[in-house]
Amino acid sequence: MPFVNIIRKRLIFLVLVVFGVSLITFAISHIIPGDPARLVAGDRASDEIVTSIRQQMGLDRPLPEQYWRYLTGILRGDLGASLRTNRPVIEDLVAFFPASLELALVALLIATLMGAPLGVLSAVYRDRPIDHVVRTLAVIGISTPAFWLGLILIVTFYGALGVLPGGGRIDPNLAIPSRVTGFYLVDSLLAGDLPAFGSTLRHLVLPAFTLGFIHLGVVARQIRSAMLDELQQDYVRTARANGIAKWRVICGHALPNALIPSITVLGLALGDLLYGAVLTETVFAWPGMGAYVVNSIQSLDFPAVMGFSVVVSFAYVLVNLAVDLIYMAIDPRITGVN
Amino acid sequence: MADPSRVVLEIRNLTLRFPTYGGAVHAVNGASIRVDAGERVGIVGESGSAKSVTSLMAMRLLPEGRFEVAGGSVALCGRDILAASEKEMVNIRGRDVAMIFQEPLTALNPTRRIGRQMLEVIRLHRGLSGRAARDLAIRLLGDMRIADPEQVFGRYPFELSGGMRQRVLIGLAFSCEPKLIVADEATTALDVTVQRQVLHLLRAKANSLGTAILFITHDLAVASQFCDRLYVMYAGAVVEEGPTAEVLGAPAHPYTQALLDALPERAAPGERLRSIAGSVPDLTAELSGCAFAPRCAQASAVCERRPALIPTGSDGHRAACWLAAKAVQ
Ligand SMILES: Nc1ncnc2c1ncn2[C@@H]1O[C@H](COP(=O)(O)OP(=O)(O)OP(=O)(O)O)[C@@H](O)[C@H]1O
Ligand SMILES: [Mg+2]
Repeated sequence: MPFVNIIRKRLIFLVLVVFGVSLITFAISHIIPGDPARLVAGDRASDEIVTSIRQQMGLDRPLPEQYWRYLTGILRGDLGASLRTNRPVIEDLVAFFPASLELALVALLIATLMGAPLGVLSAVYRDRPIDHVVRTLAVIGISTPAFWLGLILIVTFYGALGVLPGGGRIDPNLAIPSRVTGFYLVDSLLAGDLPAFGSTLRHLVLPAFTLGFIHLGVVARQIRSAMLDELQQDYVRTARANGIAKWRVICGHALPNALIPSITVLGLALGDLLYGAVLTETVFAWPGMGAYVVNSIQSLDFPAVMGFSVVVSFAYVLVNLAVDLIYMAIDPRITGVN
Repeated sequence: MADPSRVVLEIRNLTLRFPTYGGAVHAVNGASIRVDAGERVGIVGESGSAKSVTSLMAMRLLPEGRFEVAGGSVALCGRDILAASEKEMVNIRGRDVAMIFQEPLTALNPTRRIGRQMLEVIRLHRGLSGRAARDLAIRLLGDMRIADPEQVFGRYPFELSGGMRQRVLIGLAFSCEPKLIVADEATTALDVTVQRQVLHLLRAKANSLGTAILFITHDLAVASQFCDRLYVMYAGAVVEEGPTAEVLGAPAHPYTQALLDALPERAAPGERLRSIAGSVPDLTAELSGCAFAPRCAQASAVCERRPALIPTGSDGHRAACWLAAKAVQ
């Protein structure tokens, strides 16, 4: 039963979030100076043309009515048309979202694969030199600006050494794998196109590391504190008293239990990664939502920016739902098995 | 003296401290404890008297690098525990000596089924696998009078009652038929009826296998029913030792007397419960004289020197008190 309850709770939450976000983005778009109708019409257009465009866009209607149309549009999956590209915003986002998600997921993988072992070592050797090193590294990671790290990496590995590409998702001379999931890594494998897979992987290394490094500290800290909690539990002592070797207890008993509370943090990190990818994507010319949104902001493309906010909040809530479901799958105490 | 081949655990003059930022904590100050094969030996004493630290040291389970042994020796089945490598210790723990802890709720891994936790230990030490390991686990649960062992085998710890979990832990401790089981407050968290059942099971199983038990408690009533011999600890040292009936029937140390006086059963109805005045000494300073002297009504000038354990006359009964020394002379 808790299964259904949690999903129901999250869905109600989802509705509230969409409502709240839509209200905020709508309000902001009306507070910020700038006339969308004028933007669409262009500087030289006559006032009559601007007025007719305003009518066309429904901008002459009362605010509550405009909001209502906006909200019901969202629920139908209609985020309006981009002022810049004239295409439906939702289509643009669907085109760019997988690139961002692919980058964020690989970054999360890097942050976890590097951060978790560091967190474990840090907890096991608490207050010893290695702990201090890891904790310092964590602070450095959290406080490093993504664009700065990105530039340094590009200058080093692309500029000086020439071993890795400096931007883009794939070698422009290669065909883009036909779209199934939108993740080039997956699509190229599905197509059996190994050169495309290799190229995608090489293009991912620097941006994913840049993005992941910043979250490495978050992961390492979380795992460290969760491990410290677990290591002082009685069951760890029981296992040791029963002659189970130290590292076997650490990796086989304590770590899996420490990962349970860490899933929330990893989920939140994924949300942050999606959101925080904007800077990294710009630096690496990564054709994801970040670059799209930066361009949209610069050209005051309200529908695009609003649509982006709504989609990211949506993703946030869905990630939380996924976290809850994973919890239930791995922690028997929640579901109350048998 | 006891036949050396029958000695299971011999702690001699153990002195151990924990270096901390605020100075060293002198937790154990020359404690000597011996357990013979098949014997049930109790350690009693107030909180902080180092009962747990001493017994954990017998298995070298104190956190590595956080303590210092300043002197003494610990031998388990004739092997020097202080010099053994961690690899040797892993083989000794569980196989020669096992431990049962206080909190049955937290002493089992909460996210693993009982069976899986038992099988891990059984496979490791008994070299059994598959069917045979499973059969042994189920038999151990059955020996602990668990009504439906097959079912309990597939359960998670949180699905069992406290008494049930403690039986699982006891079954697990016996799984490799160790020579010694250390039970640290093993029944303290259980209610009285369950406690009695669990103690009964523990005693029966230990008797049938000839397992010795080092039983740590601050419940004198339980100790008097369960243990053959007792050690009374105070501030990291043994202040009195001997057969249970001697120690509790004719206490030679004022501290043991004070513990007995503080028992609720000893108070007349309506009378206020007595407690021991003062508090346990500050362990950051090295002890010079008798540690109990500041709280002792009979203390005198001699107590500034530390008394050794002196025989009181009856067999194996000794006390570390100048009064006892005088009584003998
Ligand atoms: N890791 C440690 N670092 C510093 N001091 C410690 C450590 N472990 C134990 N001590 C100290 O050693 C002393 C003895 O503790 P111990 O747990 O053995 O007492 P105990 O007799 O088992 O008490 P209780 O009846 O409460 O279980 C205490 O003063 C305690 O604070
Ligand atoms: Mg204790």
